[in-house]
Amino acid sequence: MRHPYPSGSHASTCPAAALVAASILVALLLACAAVGQTAWAQTTADTSARPGAAAAGAETEAVPESDGAPPSAVRARLDGTAKASAEPEPEPGDPARRLDEQVPGVGAPEQPSLEAALAALSERSFKVKEQAATDIAASGDPRAADLLKALLDGDLYYRKDDGRIVRAERTGDGWTLTEALTGESLGTVGRRDAKKITINNPMRTKLRADLAALTLASPDPAVRFSAAREMLGTANTASLAALETQLAREENARVRDAIELALAIAGLESETPAGRLAAVDAIGSSLYPEARNALNRLITAEADAVVLAAAQAARADIERRLKNNARLETLFFGLSLGSVLVLAAIGLAITFGVMGVINMAHGELIMLGAYTTYLVQLLMPNAIDYSLFVAIPAAFLVAGLFGVAIERGVIRFLYGRPLETLLATFGISLILQQLVRTIISAQNVVVENPSWMSGSLAINPALSLTYNRVYILVFALLVFVALLLTLRRTALGLQVRAVSQNRAMARAMGVRSARVDALTFGLGAGIAGVAGVALSQLTNVGPNMGQAYIIDSFMVVVFGGVGNLWGTLVAGLTLGVANKLMEPWTGAVLAKILVLVFIILFIQWRPRGLFPQRGRAAEG
Amino acid sequence: MGPLTPLRGDSGGQAMLGVLLLVAIVVPVLNLVVPEGSPWHMSTYTVTLLGKYLTYALLAVAVDLVWGHLGILSLGHGAFFALGGYAMGMYLMRQIGDRGVYGDPVLPDFMVFLNWQELPWFWQGFDMFWLAALMVVLVPGVLALVFGWLAFRSRVTGVYLSIITQALTYALMLAFFRNEMGFGGNNGLTDFKDMLGFDLQASSTRVALFLASALALALGYLACRWILSSRLGRVAVAIRDAEARTRFIGYRVDRVKLAIWTFSAMLAGIAGALYVPQVGIINPGEFSPLNSIELVVWVAVGGRATLYGAVIGAIVVNYGKTYLTGAFPEAWLFALGGLFVLVTLFLPQGIAGLFQRLGRRKAAPPSPEQAGEAT
Amino acid sequence: MRMTAPDGSLLKTLALLGALSFGLGAGPLLAEGEGDEAAASAASESETIKVGVLHSLSGTMAISETTLKDTMLMLVDQQNERGGLLGKQLEAVVVDPASDWPLFAEKARELLEKDDVAAVFGCWTSVSRKSVLPVFEELNGLLFYPVQYEGEESSRNVFYTGAAPNQQAIPAVDYLKDELGVQRWVLAGTDYVYPRTTNKILEAYLKQNGVADEDIMIDYTPFGHSDWQSIVADIKKFGSEGKKTAVVSTINGDANVPFYKELGNQGISAEDIPVVAFSVGEEELSGIDTKPLVGHLAAWNYFMSVDTPENQAFIERWHEFIEDQDRVTNDPMEAHKIGFDLWVKAVEKAGTTDPDQVIETIVGLQTGNLTGGTARMLPNHHITKPVLIGEIQEDGQFAVVWETEAAVPGDAWSDYLEGSRDLEGDWTDPVNCGNYNTETQECLGAGAAE
Repeated sequence: MRHPYPSGSHASTCPAAALVAASILVALLLACAAVGQTAWAQTTADTSARPGAAAAGAETEAVPESDGAPPSAVRARLDGTAKASAEPEPEPGDPARRLDEQVPGVGAPEQPSLEAALAALSERSFKVKEQAATDIAASGDPRAADLLKALLDGDLYYRKDDGRIVRAERTGDGWTLTEALTGESLGTVGRRDAKKITINNPMRTKLRADLAALTLASPDPAVRFSAAREMLGTANTASLAALETQLAREENARVRDAIELALAIAGLESETPAGRLAAVDAIGSSLYPEARNALNRLITAEADAVVLAAAQAARADIERRLKNNARLETLFFGLSLGSVLVLAAIGLAITFGVMGVINMAHGELIMLGAYTTYLVQLLMPNAIDYSLFVAIPAAFLVAGLFGVAIERGVIRFLYGRPLETLLATFGISLILQQLVRTIISAQNVVVENPSWMSGSLAINPALSLTYNRVYILVFALLVFVALLLTLRRTALGLQVRAVSQNRAMARAMGVRSARVDALTFGLGAGIAGVAGVALSQLTNVGPNMGQAYIIDSFMVVVFGGVGNLWGTLVAGLTLGVANKLMEPWTGAVLAKILVLVFIILFIQWRPRGLFPQRGRAAEG
Repeated sequence: MGPLTPLRGDSGGQAMLGVLLLVAIVVPVLNLVVPEGSPWHMSTYTVTLLGKYLTYALLAVAVDLVWGHLGILSLGHGAFFALGGYAMGMYLMRQIGDRGVYGDPVLPDFMVFLNWQELPWFWQGFDMFWLAALMVVLVPGVLALVFGWLAFRSRVTGVYLSIITQALTYALMLAFFRNEMGFGGNNGLTDFKDMLGFDLQASSTRVALFLASALALALGYLACRWILSSRLGRVAVAIRDAEARTRFIGYRVDRVKLAIWTFSAMLAGIAGALYVPQVGIINPGEFSPLNSIELVVWVAVGGRATLYGAVIGAIVVNYGKTYLTGAFPEAWLFALGGLFVLVTLFLPQGIAGLFQRLGRRKAAPPSPEQAGEAT
Repeated sequence: MRMTAPDGSLLKTLALLGALSFGLGAGPLLAEGEGDEAAASAASESETIKVGVLHSLSGTMAISETTLKDTMLMLVDQQNERGGLLGKQLEAVVVDPASDWPLFAEKARELLEKDDVAAVFGCWTSVSRKSVLPVFEELNGLLFYPVQYEGEESSRNVFYTGAAPNQQAIPAVDYLKDELGVQRWVLAGTDYVYPRTTNKILEAYLKQNGVADEDIMIDYTPFGHSDWQSIVADIKKFGSEGKKTAVVSTINGDANVPFYKELGNQGISAEDIPVVAFSVGEEELSGIDTKPLVGHLAAWNYFMSVDTPENQAFIERWHEFIEDQDRVTNDPMEAHKIGFDLWVKAVEKAGTTDPDQVIETIVGLQTGNLTGGTARMLPNHHITKPVLIGEIQEDGQFAVVWETEAAVPGDAWSDYLEGSRDLEGDWTDPVNCGNYNTETQECLGAGAAE
């Protein structure tokens, strides 16, 4: 399933959203408790009246006034639209149809009409729109879920002349409209004739909660899971009933767990100590933040000693597990930062480490790689997911060719004068920066993340690894291995090593050193370009991006030992992890300063880095 | 001719000092004596600009001393420059007194703003010029001494040394960016009013600062020449060309290095101290590693290992920057970058090398400086 | 160190070197001499009025500032089409201070002394403004500063057309507090003076509103910070403790892209923990893939998406000028437009570009905002501005979700800071002081000396 947000990412990280919904729904729960229902389970049979839905209709008319819009106009438009739209029949076999039978209360008699609610969406006031969305959710209409989803995704528009709610698709300089409810085609209109229905955060929160209730019975387990996840800690009587029903026939273990947890969290509000104790047991050591928060709430208010002890034990258990997860997370952060350093530095390990060129233009070669990614994405706007696979070889070629050009044009005249390469490449770096500024723009450019690079891999609710970091870590290792193999196992690699160790001898043996130099520099530059592709997924792509990495890259190469690829790998990862281990105590700035001081002191101890080159070559 | 003996044979240096003397006489006259309407009047803007170039030139001389003659490529000399500048900046901040925006008699504005109640210990005494002046050389000197002692003792050489000097200035930059450090964070120290009781805005003060810069450059240059013509200097050149051999002959290589390195850092500090009142601001940007790289580039453009070449390089590059950023704001980086590439390719000895070549038309053998390009 | 040059050529070398050094030394002098002459004749024959544009075109700030340079060129063009000013054509003098703060001061001096400009429009960062401030005060120039900033300043020679903290930060926090019910606050910023001040003001303001210490988390990062993993994870933890949490971000420019990417990837959506930013506008978003950011907020005084005829005309004009239909407009651009309009009006009213007269006439003048309403120059050299809060949309634009009913007057000295509570800037008679203590009725600092 290709979805920009793999369910895991939302599943694990919606605590705040859920809590906002909670604040609305806590009142309902309290109301239920006041009526004397001893356990939430009993409410299943008694939920024909859904308070939210009932209240909704009554409030609709009052809301526009608070916003200053003339209520009469609103109503006039409401009527007009309602008349204009046809009454479609719900299609048989629609999966949402089953909801009518399962969710009690949705079929309440005083439900507002879907059409009227929909029409109100063209209003400017968010309060009106929010109410409209609530009405749509409460309408019980099978198309409601679909509409709410479209609203949430920003697919709903309204026509400016008659306020009709439509779905719009960009065609040329205008929009192709289809009626939102019926799917009837309404032709095309100009760019300014249709306007998107904007929603705000409170609405989004509400929509997600509403959608969760409507999609709990979805055939897709991932949708069911996120629906259940959404209900953690926010469930009201109606949704609890729905959860119960779903639990009875849920087969997917992950969804079952989520539903059980949602029920258990709600169970903490139980009237009886036994009920609460059972709920605490059911929560166990769940890592969902909602579970911990619910336990915290319970602990502050609990009177029963047994329940309190159980809750405290559960919370201690959770805290312990969280701490372990946090350690793992820090380690991952460190490795990830390290992999970025390795990627940035590894090209330099060739041009600087192997060839001895103090390549100040290294950062700009990285930048060229990143810009190549941008250009590739411009060329294939409809296949962003595959763009990186094109961009990697393209960036290697572009940066590599620039590298060869730099080597042939400038650096080959400077062998034996390594420090002067610093001067020339510094000049080249200025030129490259300004070149990009002039040709493309001084502004940053957008490089999109393919969907498979977005979101995170949820190991458990408290630990998720972001995909882009995981892939880049793997990618850094792959690049490293490929480079190592190139140098160790290929003819070119042999020649590169020969020339770097003893140029005169290599030439005497028939190695065409000029060609090898050009190719080596091209290889280093190409790797820098490939690093640029990876970095474009993490950070800015702009004319200055190279400068952000050049200093760090030199540090890594020198710390690892000039001329040693393994040194670069170990150094990069070590510095990354060290930085991240210190960050919680010292803050980001001080951590970086300490790492630099550490490098300075380390070099005193081992003046040639972690893995010093030995022998004659080292003296060069 | 006592103090000028080190200049014997240094025709470039003689010429440079001659020009400097000329400029030092002409500039004040053009600014202060020639009336403002006259086309020959030199504006205070230009005087200050020239003064700034001279401080850069002094900094470049300090770099050339260690790079050209000792073989240490420092990518962190900007740090010593900036530290000298901060010491002077702190004095100038204290001179503001109650004229800051909050009117606090003691605390500089940024401290009032950070809710600090009293002056931190390291700001104490900076209202006294002599202490500030001492710190201008002492702080960079001590830092260089400690850093050099560690590095030379462990025989860190070549690119490793270059990169850790870069790490040094980078770490200092990050540290000074922190507001908690008590040096004004990113904004640094600015809005100076006067110095030794003289209004910093006044033309006469500016001319005096310009003259002070010229004097400092001349003295700094002579001091470097004097060192180089001494025994110490000759050992330094030997270290540059063959460190191991010099050590085996029995010289204490690390002590020689340390002495010259520390002296160079102090010179850089003085340059920084003269720079700050003229540009009116010191902030952590001066610690930026790129600045330090750029100043190495000045030396290379001017001609390494000639000292006077460093002066030429600093002035040429910075004048170019001033001119181009105004005349071709969109394309000046092309020109500057191109200059660096072309100089490296076609003028490996820099501009000074060009003069030498012109002077050596009659096919004299290449000078020994042209050998020895050891890292 | 032998540098033996044959004696005959010593003179030649000396002559060459002398010529070179003198050429360099005197270069600016001579050029300037000519410039002065030209300026003198220009003044008498009066062909053009020069307007200085002091924005970085290279270096780190070029990303933001080049747009403002182009905006100024457009505004000058536009004014010339309307017949110029006082019967003369305007001429923009563009220089590149290259994101180098001392160079800002130098270039400001160049503009004022050498080019003799009537007014300068420029600067972005606080440090660049601080760097040029003494120059403008010394040479009595005019600077129009178009960026939202930390306040705590009111100079006779500077006009602050961007927002002061009370025109951006406080209304934004009010919105989060009142409309979204936020109870916990993360104040995240880059470690420099603008975030420091803003966060200090906000902290004081929040505490005044009963927010407990443990519900405020303050975090500073260096410029260009690119690895946000730990901080975002911390924010996530901080926000998962049961209270509605929001992030108030004063993170600067470049660091925003990786920050927002990390937010998106760690699955923090706007509904969970909304981020309201004060330094992220359309221009910054045009460098970010905004799909994961939908719903995060920004507070500004202008959004490109605001549907008014004035704004449409401005956007069309901009697209025409820059020859790119996809370029966005942003808040500092509007600030420059307002500043430029006010300056033009003041010059027209005074009948001269003389700074003293412009300073006198400009206070109280009004011009239309692009988003409706009017901007008025206040005695403290700040202007009145409407405050808008927008949510990021998928297309990189903002949808306005909230706005102040009336324009908010800019407050140079914050009421929430210890040292500046009693201070006030007023450059009209009889006060004529940038930091006037209303308690002691004294003009503090440098003003007192004058």
